[in-house]
Amino acid sequence: MSPKTKNPLPPGNYFFEGNQACAEAAIAAGCRFFAGYPISPSSEIMERLSWRLPEVGGVFIQMEDEIASISAVIGAVWAGARAMTATSGPGLSLMLENIGYAIITETPCVIVDVQRAGPSTGQATRPYDGDIMQVKWGSSGDYQIIALAPWSVQEVYDLTIRAFNLAELYRVPVFVMSDAALAHLREDCRIPEGVDIVGRKKAIGAPHFGTEGPAGVPPMASFGEGEGLILTGSTHDKFGYRKTQDPNIQKCLVDRLNEKVLSNAKEIIQTEEHFLKGAETVVVAYGLVARAALAAVKEARSVGINVGLLRLKTLWPFPKEEIRALRARRIIVPELNRGQLVREVERVTKVEVIYVNRVDGEVMGPGEILEAIKRQ
Amino acid sequence: MEATWKKYLRRETLPLPFCPGCGHGILLGAILRAIDASGIDIKDMLFVSGIGCAGWIPSPHIKADTMHVTHGRPIAFATGAKLFNPRLKVMVVSGDGDLASIGGNHLIHAARRDVDMVVICANNEIYGMTGGQVSPTTGLGAKTTTTLAGNVEPPLDLCRLVEAAGASYVARSTVFHLEHLIGILKKALSHKGFSFIDALSPCPVQYGRRNLYASASEQLKDLEKRCISLEKARDMTQEALKGKIIIGEFVCRGD
Ligand code: SF4
Repeated sequence: MSPKTKNPLPPGNYFFEGNQACAEAAIAAGCRFFAGYPISPSSEIMERLSWRLPEVGGVFIQMEDEIASISAVIGAVWAGARAMTATSGPGLSLMLENIGYAIITETPCVIVDVQRAGPSTGQATRPYDGDIMQVKWGSSGDYQIIALAPWSVQEVYDLTIRAFNLAELYRVPVFVMSDAALAHLREDCRIPEGVDIVGRKKAIGAPHFGTEGPAGVPPMASFGEGEGLILTGSTHDKFGYRKTQDPNIQKCLVDRLNEKVLSNAKEIIQTEEHFLKGAETVVVAYGLVARAALAAVKEARSVGINVGLLRLKTLWPFPKEEIRALRARRIIVPELNRGQLVREVERVTKVEVIYVNRVDGEVMGPGEILEAIKRQ
Repeated sequence: MEATWKKYLRRETLPLPFCPGCGHGILLGAILRAIDASGIDIKDMLFVSGIGCAGWIPSPHIKADTMHVTHGRPIAFATGAKLFNPRLKVMVVSGDGDLASIGGNHLIHAARRDVDMVVICANNEIYGMTGGQVSPTTGLGAKTTTTLAGNVEPPLDLCRLVEAAGASYVARSTVFHLEHLIGILKKALSHKGFSFIDALSPCPVQYGRRNLYASASEQLKDLEKRCISLEKARDMTQEALKGKIIIGEFVCRGD
């Protein structure tokens, strides 16, 4: 970490909605390029950045579609920018083509996914945890990305900053998983004076697309620095040369793209524990739903039920060790979908896993979760 | 010319991957000579290309920053790089399928924004790499692997398209008219704004064979016969211009 960088926004308490907090966090994190395409419920992020970025010497552009938006972001990152785009489920589907390109070229970038109800255009203004699997598996091949799930406006701010730093540390696309409710929820948001920013690792003349170790993160030059960078979306050696017929090069590349994230899972994964000690039932939740879950857990405990909450701030890489470490008899996973992350929980634990789902485009209240807790 | 090759190409990437008789090698040579004559430092250049035979014209051969991207998207990637670092001299080289079909939307909007970059369409009027399928610039009646009885869709005039969209430099040439092509490339390199060059570059293997050209050189000679300069074309009737390809500078604004 470099010394704290001064926040361009005067410090203090702001009454922000999630999308505003996200835009301001990006600027505080050093984001100086944004390309996007209008889509509900994410548009306020680009609207704010359209005037905020020029104020801090950054570049804003509204592109012709989402494919162009993520492409422009990747181009700008290789020209030296810290860059971001924001979208929602249907836009994300279009971006996946070049998210794959970002993964194989190891391009650090941040993608804010303000989720809404699907499939397809679904309900443009209703919250949903619809893209938990889309961000992980939507592009082709085997890869890892990082996905963070804030539960408050403050955390939208904090995790957006963290997303930029993780992107640089591991040279990987990082997703901030917001939703339609969090995007427009207004809460107190504390803006700090300084922000920790991870800079780009540079090494003149070094290979920029491979490392000696099987899980390393190579240094990254920018266009125009005289390095003669060779980028390709095809399988390549550590110098960037396309090598598509060598099984060993393919294996090493795919393994490293995965292992550089997985072997650092401990540093990347953040969870928050509430009343876990001795809890027989544990609710595992993320995002806004986790707030309802905490209320439900407190309510249940007030009537003597031994229940706790494990809140996942990181969804990918999946916190499997943290789930395995739970000493519960059963795990309840509430989600705004028909069960996406719950399947990962089922995969890593032997205890009973209970689904609590809501798919009508409404936010989940504590009542539904409390009911499941009480149903012994 | 040999000196130019040595100066600008990565030796370890040679020989070029193109089939014998392909126009793309000639186009690469023309690009390098135009850069050399313009006195541009190759280190200041960024080449962005997409998928297809033409994507291999700059990447990974030219000793500069090269970015070989997904199908149809080079202009969008190039836009991001150029906007963030305006000191980069950005050139996009890709094919007609890449730029005009799957990437058509990006072409229109980059022209509309008049983004400062040179876009060269290595136009062989076919999808070469994937086996010779019809493209948006394939002529009426031409035989391809997806139009066995002849193409029934009219081709797109890319120069008129980008002119209408707002490009400030628009020209067409061919690899047969080498000096003309180099002249136009030099103009495009010195132009500030969106420069588009429709560079006809025959594909003898996927197009020529199926459309009864005896050889690559026959195909080139036919290109010579079909082309007519903009100056001459001005005095000709629509009837006389039928089947002709007009070459020259269509738009040169602001220089
Ligand atoms: S297929 Fe056609 S365009 Fe492609 S390299 Fe061969 S001759 Fe050239």
